[in-house]
Amino acid sequence: MINEKTLSIEIDGKNYNIPEGKNLLEFLLENGFDIPHLCYHPALKSIGACRMCVVEVEGSKNLVTSCTAEIREGMKIKTNSPLVKESREVNLSLLLKDHPDDCMTCDQNGNCALQDLAYEYFPSGKPLFGYMKEKRYEIDDSSEFIVRDLNKCIKCQLCVRVCDEVEGMSIYSMVQRGHESYPSTFMNLPLAQTNCVSCGECASICPTGAIVEKPSIGKARWNKVEKVKTTCLYCGVGCQIDVYFDPKKNDIVRIQGSSENREVNDAIATCVKGKFGYSFVNHPDRLKSPLLKKNGEFVPVTWDEALDYTAKKLIEIKEKYGPDSIGFLSSARCTNEENYLLQKIARAIIGTNNIDHCARLCHASTVAGLSMTFGAGAMTNPIGDIEFAEVIIATGTNTTENHPVYGSRVKRAVRNGSHLIVIDPRKIELVDYAELWLRNLPGTDLAILNGLLNVIIHENLIDEEFISKRTEGFEEVKKAVEKYTPSYVSKISGVDEKKLVKAAEMYAKAKTASILYAMGITQHVSGTKNVIAIANLAMATGKIGRPGSGVNPLRGQSNVQGAGDVGCLPNLFPGNQPVSKESVIEKFKMAWNVEYLSDKNGLTSVEMFDAIMNGKIKALFVMGENPVMSHPDESHVRKALEKLEFMVDMDIFPNDTTKYAHVILAASSGFEKDGTFTNTERRVQRVRKVLNPVGNSKPDWMILKDLMNRLGYNAHYESPKEIMEEISKVSPIYAGISYDRIEHKGIQWPCRSIDDEGTAILHQNSFSTENGLGKFIPVEYTEPPEIPDEEYPFYLSTGRILYQYHTGTMTRRVKEINDLRPKVEIEINPEDAKDLGIKDGDIVRVSSRRGSIEGPAKITERSQKGLVFIPFHYAESPANMLTLAAIDPIAKIPTFKVSAVKIEKVKVEDRV
Amino acid sequence: MENQTLTDPKFAELDEFIDNLPDKKGMLIGVLHKAQEIFGYLPAEVQHHIAQKLDIPESTVFGVVTFYSFFTMKPRGKYQIKVCLGTACYVKGGQKISDRVKEELGVTGDEPTSDGLFSVQEVRCLGACSMAPVMLVGERDFYGRLTPDKIPQIIESYRRKENKK
Ligand code: SF4
Ligand code: SF4
Ligand code: SF4
Ligand code: FES
Ligand code: FES
Repeated sequence: MINEKTLSIEIDGKNYNIPEGKNLLEFLLENGFDIPHLCYHPALKSIGACRMCVVEVEGSKNLVTSCTAEIREGMKIKTNSPLVKESREVNLSLLLKDHPDDCMTCDQNGNCALQDLAYEYFPSGKPLFGYMKEKRYEIDDSSEFIVRDLNKCIKCQLCVRVCDEVEGMSIYSMVQRGHESYPSTFMNLPLAQTNCVSCGECASICPTGAIVEKPSIGKARWNKVEKVKTTCLYCGVGCQIDVYFDPKKNDIVRIQGSSENREVNDAIATCVKGKFGYSFVNHPDRLKSPLLKKNGEFVPVTWDEALDYTAKKLIEIKEKYGPDSIGFLSSARCTNEENYLLQKIARAIIGTNNIDHCARLCHASTVAGLSMTFGAGAMTNPIGDIEFAEVIIATGTNTTENHPVYGSRVKRAVRNGSHLIVIDPRKIELVDYAELWLRNLPGTDLAILNGLLNVIIHENLIDEEFISKRTEGFEEVKKAVEKYTPSYVSKISGVDEKKLVKAAEMYAKAKTASILYAMGITQHVSGTKNVIAIANLAMATGKIGRPGSGVNPLRGQSNVQGAGDVGCLPNLFPGNQPVSKESVIEKFKMAWNVEYLSDKNGLTSVEMFDAIMNGKIKALFVMGENPVMSHPDESHVRKALEKLEFMVDMDIFPNDTTKYAHVILAASSGFEKDGTFTNTERRVQRVRKVLNPVGNSKPDWMILKDLMNRLGYNAHYESPKEIMEEISKVSPIYAGISYDRIEHKGIQWPCRSIDDEGTAILHQNSFSTENGLGKFIPVEYTEPPEIPDEEYPFYLSTGRILYQYHTGTMTRRVKEINDLRPKVEIEINPEDAKDLGIKDGDIVRVSSRRGSIEGPAKITERSQKGLVFIPFHYAESPANMLTLAAIDPIAKIPTFKVSAVKIEKVKVEDRV
Repeated sequence: MENQTLTDPKFAELDEFIDNLPDKKGMLIGVLHKAQEIFGYLPAEVQHHIAQKLDIPESTVFGVVTFYSFFTMKPRGKYQIKVCLGTACYVKGGQKISDRVKEELGVTGDEPTSDGLFSVQEVRCLGACSMAPVMLVGERDFYGRLTPDKIPQIIESYRRKENKK
């Protein structure tokens, strides 16, 4: 990427060295030249459409657009000659002639590139040919999020290009030609009737008021807002966003993808959640003060009272029943600093390793499986690296909905020639981009993965050199997969033999290949085994540790990687250091200045609920989690919570879990505090305070710090920055991370010292295991614990959808998002629907051995015959009433992806 | 939409054409020509279908269709009558010619006549200003120095031609 060669050119009489291949306009702007430009954006290919960036080049007949100029050695450039000025004036005037004089009410006023230029070039307000007289286009405000008024369009085509090049949706195209041309949807359809995914990038990029954001209209003028860059609070991609807020109202006005971080979100990208999912911050439901349950009612109390009471109860219970009678659930939505403090309370102050977080529910099997094989449980390659993969296998990941910005990258990779193989029971959007789709029966992934390896070995497509130099244990795996012949696997999985062979060949023969996976692999009883099988596949073919080749689990929540990194796991101290290791215990005793630390593995979150039931755990501390909805077998969880002697819940909204608490600590949202998140590619990025804490809420780290002091531990952190200093001291993989170093761009761990640049690709020369060798581990397929039978004839799978997030506590409080997807949709295959006499929108009841829920049916080919899919975001139709609490014996992750259910149409008279 | 494409033999004909292309890349314009030949015009379903078959965005297809004036998204009559409303023709009463043609055909805009024989399109300069006002019937038949009362006769001649067949 770094091109050392430079060319020497003259600009306005001065000499400059410009790196070869550098965009001239970019170079001019970086060097302080004031060059007007309307159709250039760093995220997109330049097209030279607006001609505002023209410069004079000696020897060239015409003026040259600097955004597309080819640079030659010795070139002489004038950026501000009379000719250049005149040309700009004429061009600008031509644009203004077709532009209404509407700035008074335009939402873009104050941030409009055109307005700024008009002001600069025609301060008297009289452009050469005046302004638009008659409006030509109707306004399209059909979308919940976007308003298009093409009368203000200057035909820069930025919207067309961003939707195509970055988002991969190509909703717009320039239509008609010459003077008549404008960016249009297919057949001029209103945006709401297109496939637009509401990523809002076209609105972020439009330089004028032609495309603006509906939720922001009328909220605040651009000169009344301030900007803070932070990390998106939703998924693990960790998009960098600029948040514009009105300090007077302490409210967010709009969000745009930051242009600084190309490697994460293409210098512009967001998805609908990151872009529009912010209005929950000032939602009336926010918890604004700590609450104490008195006589069964929650009453607001002072922070002193709430924290004194919490400390007193925790100490009481510890003394009465011992440290292991207290459990802690931390949150993948809180910062690294906060998670670090919570596990420190559990370990250093209470003395228990009973600390876990919701990754248990999604990627515990990844951490376990990849640690056992590679020695590190994280995504091996950076986000942007996917574009170097010749072949991509996406299995059990609905990437475009769950990790939208990453999903767009996958689509772009395919457009640029990567070959995509999708292994998934559901017809997800990526199937449209796939060369090969293996539609397997739910829960048969392991058979398929072993089957692929069988073919690869059989056809001798293994990478012998890699296997012998870098790994151990191959022979056993070779033996173990012998029986997984294509015909055997085909019988189990329902996938055509030929497709299995083709997939195996494509993957093994490619020069570079990357496997992406998510919950469809991990949320099974065999989750850890599935992950191991993926690792086996990658090692056998040497598809790991290089650009474009790796094993890439996509992490669900904003800080699910970080919460584990900083020690919110029952068996690991911060920095993945085992609690069972003597030397580690000694080190932390010193670091934390305590006498005692438990060297006994603590309980995982799912086990904690069992321990509550059998009386071992008496108190639970929950930070930013909603186990009632997110854990399997909801009624079991409710029963357990009822049994607790004491429960503290720290959250921003009341939810189904807070009800059971004795104390509710009103936390501030991620927009109201400082800290860091570690995204799915191990990049530690800053979270910055945008607003002041809402009401009397407090950032979690402050609450925890105050509590620590009340529990008798001396904690004096002035700011999260100091907490990070401590984290980097105790965890070698974070040793080189500091706020100063990640001010502009995050760093990927391992980062072992302050001059370490971080690590983009893991396992390049050796694995992270003790002896540096990758470990092959044989894994056997077993049938899922519950499969359809006569009584419950359907497979049930649960998951997320694009427009909602997790248990919905945030997204469901964003009006526009909830308006779009207000209700659960139970996805059923058309054939099944016909057999059952169900029509689209009919209310159906889905029941399993554990409970039943109701909701409208959505008839769709996305579900294969015999499978229903239910998203779990909706409290009124809680999908997890139905799921099985069977857990993976190694990682203790529950089986969300396979259980057996029956479906009935709800008769009108049945409904109460 | 799906069902229609399965049952309509026109779609089958179009698919056959597309499937026989040696390479689908860069063939959009050729395919649109063929489609217009088969369907007579390019309605949304046809554009949608082509986008899917060629694996390109619908909006791109729409962009190309609107860029070239020889593509049409509305049904046309067998004889497309182009009445010139360019400056020269307009000055010499082009609008009156157009109005008379429509009156004679019983249409109000650019929709085809009920028998499918004719449709009217008002166009920019046809490049024969010296003979203004002018109109073009079909691809070749050119009429200049028109007056409204010459119109019925011209139209009648095409009707007769059709009846003979
Ligand atoms: S709508 Fe905006 S971004 Fe799109 S072409 Fe017009 S001015 Fe440019
Ligand atoms: S919101 Fe996103 S998907 Fe929709 S048109 Fe704009 S850029 Fe395209
Ligand atoms: S892709 Fe993920 S991180 Fe990026 S904006 Fe969407 S939710 Fe936020
Ligand atoms: S910015 Fe270069 S032509 Fe528009
Ligand atoms: S104006 Fe009618 S032919 Fe030129």
